[in-house]
Amino acid sequence: MIRDWPTQLAQAVLVLGVAPLLSGVTRKVKARFLRRRGPSVFQPYRDLLKLIRKETVVAENASWLYRLAPYLIFATTWVAAALVPTFATGLAFGAAADLIVIVALLGTARFLLALAGLDVGTSFGGIGSSREMMFATLAEPAMLMVMFTLSLFAGSTELSSISAYMVAAGAVLSISLALALVALIIVAIGENARIPVDNPATHLELTMVHEAMILEYSGRHLAVIEAAAFVKLLLYLSMIACVFVPWGTASAGAGAVSYTVGLVAYLVKLGVLAFLLVLFETAIAKMRVFRVPDFLGVALMLGLLGTILLFVSRVSR
Amino acid sequence: MALASPVVLNQLAASGVALLLSLAALAILMVRGPRTSQLIYGACALVCAALAAVGLCALFASGAAIGVVELPVGLPLGRTLLGLDPLSAAFAAIINIAAAIVSGYAVGYGTHASEPRRVVPFYPAFIAGMNLVLLAQDAFSFLVGWEVMSLASWALVVSDHQSAENRRAGLIYLVMATAGALTLLFAFGLLAGHGEGYAFSEMRRAANSGVGAVVLLLALIGAGSKAGLVPLHAWLPLAHPAAPSHVSALMSGVMTKVAVYGFIRIVFDLAGPPAWWWSIPVLVVAALTAFLGVLYALMEHDLKRLLAYHTVENIGIIFIGLGLALAFRANGLGAAAALALIAGIFHVLNHSLFKSLLFLGSGAVLNATGERDMEHLGGLIHRMPVTAVAFLGGCIAISALPPFNGFVSEWLTFQAILLSPQLPQWISRLLVPAVGATLACSAALAATCFVKAFGMTFLGRPRTSAAGGARETDRWSRSAMLIFAALCLLAGVVPGVVMDALAPVSKLLLGTQLAPQSTQPWLRIVPIAPARSAYNGLLVFAMIVTAAATTALIVRRFASHALRRSAAWDCGFPDASTATQYTAGSFAQPIRRVFGSVVFRARERVEMPKPGDTGMAKAQVEIHDTLWEAFYAPVIRIVEAITERLNRVQFLTIRNYLTLVFAALVLLLIVVGTGR
Repeated sequence: MIRDWPTQLAQAVLVLGVAPLLSGVTRKVKARFLRRRGPSVFQPYRDLLKLIRKETVVAENASWLYRLAPYLIFATTWVAAALVPTFATGLAFGAAADLIVIVALLGTARFLLALAGLDVGTSFGGIGSSREMMFATLAEPAMLMVMFTLSLFAGSTELSSISAYMVAAGAVLSISLALALVALIIVAIGENARIPVDNPATHLELTMVHEAMILEYSGRHLAVIEAAAFVKLLLYLSMIACVFVPWGTASAGAGAVSYTVGLVAYLVKLGVLAFLLVLFETAIAKMRVFRVPDFLGVALMLGLLGTILLFVSRVSR
Repeated sequence: MALASPVVLNQLAASGVALLLSLAALAILMVRGPRTSQLIYGACALVCAALAAVGLCALFASGAAIGVVELPVGLPLGRTLLGLDPLSAAFAAIINIAAAIVSGYAVGYGTHASEPRRVVPFYPAFIAGMNLVLLAQDAFSFLVGWEVMSLASWALVVSDHQSAENRRAGLIYLVMATAGALTLLFAFGLLAGHGEGYAFSEMRRAANSGVGAVVLLLALIGAGSKAGLVPLHAWLPLAHPAAPSHVSALMSGVMTKVAVYGFIRIVFDLAGPPAWWWSIPVLVVAALTAFLGVLYALMEHDLKRLLAYHTVENIGIIFIGLGLALAFRANGLGAAAALALIAGIFHVLNHSLFKSLLFLGSGAVLNATGERDMEHLGGLIHRMPVTAVAFLGGCIAISALPPFNGFVSEWLTFQAILLSPQLPQWISRLLVPAVGATLACSAALAATCFVKAFGMTFLGRPRTSAAGGARETDRWSRSAMLIFAALCLLAGVVPGVVMDALAPVSKLLLGTQLAPQSTQPWLRIVPIAPARSAYNGLLVFAMIVTAAATTALIVRRFASHALRRSAAWDCGFPDASTATQYTAGSFAQPIRRVFGSVVFRARERVEMPKPGDTGMAKAQVEIHDTLWEAFYAPVIRIVEAITERLNRVQFLTIRNYLTLVFAALVLLLIVVGTGR
């Protein structure tokens, strides 16, 4: 347990450091696809710095919840991200919190964000909160179904063990896993407010969901919430990487060389996944809000199907 | 150690019930105004605290024989046997902890009652009835306690008898409670078999699995209607909100738990070994209850009724745990059965804590504003800060979000679901993942529902002047709510303690128990094996606090400290009218479209005036209570038709009446004659 602490700490710092870069890379790639030059990949860091140096404007009737929420949202998202193995498995806190906890921590963050959206009492905040929660009612069970499938395979709900199982098993070909992967990708797109569910770059009133909730935020509060969004994107991509492309990830206490290999492999995986995400985003148009439940419902059904197939087809461990 | 001996504990518990009953009698004589009701409520709080302590002692001291106490009074046919075995001790501890805190709240809140004599005498009797059900070791005392509980709570429901709505709620409640008690009577009758006797110990000896299936069905109807299983829930969202708020808290948070106890006692303890298919109806009904309960809650704008519908959802979650335990037990999977049972009972504790808290909060809001309708509230976080903090804690807990307690029991239930591929029956294997998906979906819907409940009530701007002029509630009520919120957090942070405390229950009912959690390092819980799954609430809580504190420190160190208050931005068009805020109805609209169009046959109609016409546009929403229409409306129609026919009997001539009496006499003689 004690031996795993440095890995855990390094991991917590790493996700924080890399998250803005990941968003910078996706924005850059997207700009290139759209034949723009795009800002530097380091622009998100500059944005965050700019925001925390600015004066914070708070609406007159905002309560303490409004001012506290950004920190709690960021904290829960960060803790969840720190629980996903990145370059090495065997995290100190892995034994404290499994995949269900990660999903639920993100749920806590969303709950607080939706409340913050309602706090000032404007119509846009309400529209954002209401729609975000509606998406979540399908995305969250879909995510849990993916979790069911994975843990039935690995005989464990811990992400570290699942990842380790996937490495040991080599290339597992299974219908359930394929269904789970598709479901997880759909959930990741929905949860991170990407096209076709939501557009992170929009400020067109009637299409905003995530942006509408945080419309009133400014200055340091906005910086913290933006950082949480960066971390959340990183979390989902890391999760896909550690479960479905686990190769290269160092095992617990494997030594400096493996750790370096793991780190490089992790960054490469992130880059590839970000590229694929942007490719998908550029190729598709945004959906109407009430088409989104169909989209997320597909994820839920695929996840459920994957789980039922496993339940029926094999004797579990 | 004389105090901890089972007989002494049982005597203490029985005298606690007697004390509560005498408090009820005292209240009839004594209560005139606020001071005297405060005294009675205070005494109730003390007695309940003592009963909770007795329950805990009995739970920890278990292992020895339960030492049943026989009372000299009793019904002609049966004996009155009272005693606490681990199952009833666990439930006694759970319900009396909640009842004690609620009584403390009532010391402050109960003074606002306009007619205290309609409320105060029934309150101790209600608690006494619930305790009697738990103490009973024979069917007669059980049913007597059950009826005392039902009738006292009925009297509390109709305490505000001026409103027609409350009288209707009271009538429906009375009918359902009577029907439920009748089915339980049949269940006990079947269990007693041929002249074996009505003591539980004798029923256990007589247990023959031939009647087990019918008993399960009867228990599901009898206890299930009291607990609020769909479709027998219809009375619950009418009756629970109609009572004064501290009584609503007891009915929703505590009385439904007594019903769950009744189900466990009959099905797990008395009915003998289960057949594999017993779990199927339980799981189907439970999953439907969880899902429909939360959907109904989302459509509701009345704060107390929303909470009552949520009780229906949580009862579904509890019964999912119990159904899984039945399935595992029938297949001889002891450890998995223990896990599922503990998950269910853990949720019983959790629900008693956070649902009581939320009802107390709604009472505080009702008292401060005179409003239950969320469309008329808003902005109370500024006017009632302490209530808001406690209510927020309850909302997070009931939405099953870490680090609060609701999450732990759902986590345990999910772990139990993940063990169910071990079940050999293919129908269970198909059903259980679907139940899991339903559970996950209801958890997410519950979070939506409580964003709505908290957001519309406490956040935003006040929608009416009543909400704008609200005042924080009294000291007693505030402390009671804060204690509940603290207990919610505590049970979420150190769940291992609760699981260990409940271990004797699974030992009693299933013969197995989970590995003790107290031996685990760092207070984590490990239901099956560390490699499989583990959860550490304390560490998660500590991590969140540390991460938030670190972030706040860093931001404080490097960020600009300038902060300006200004008008809301709202994309440049801030509107001074509070009517432009999102309402509870508009918040739920996406859910209504996605789920409601099928479940409630919800239809929306927008009528726009013609171009150039300055008339108002109209938006109408039509929602059907499909369950009421499918199950209750036909029954009511049939009953009405029959009574219409029978009504004629009232206006016969004396000759016809005499003929009827004679016919009845002949019929009875024939029946008696053939019976010989």
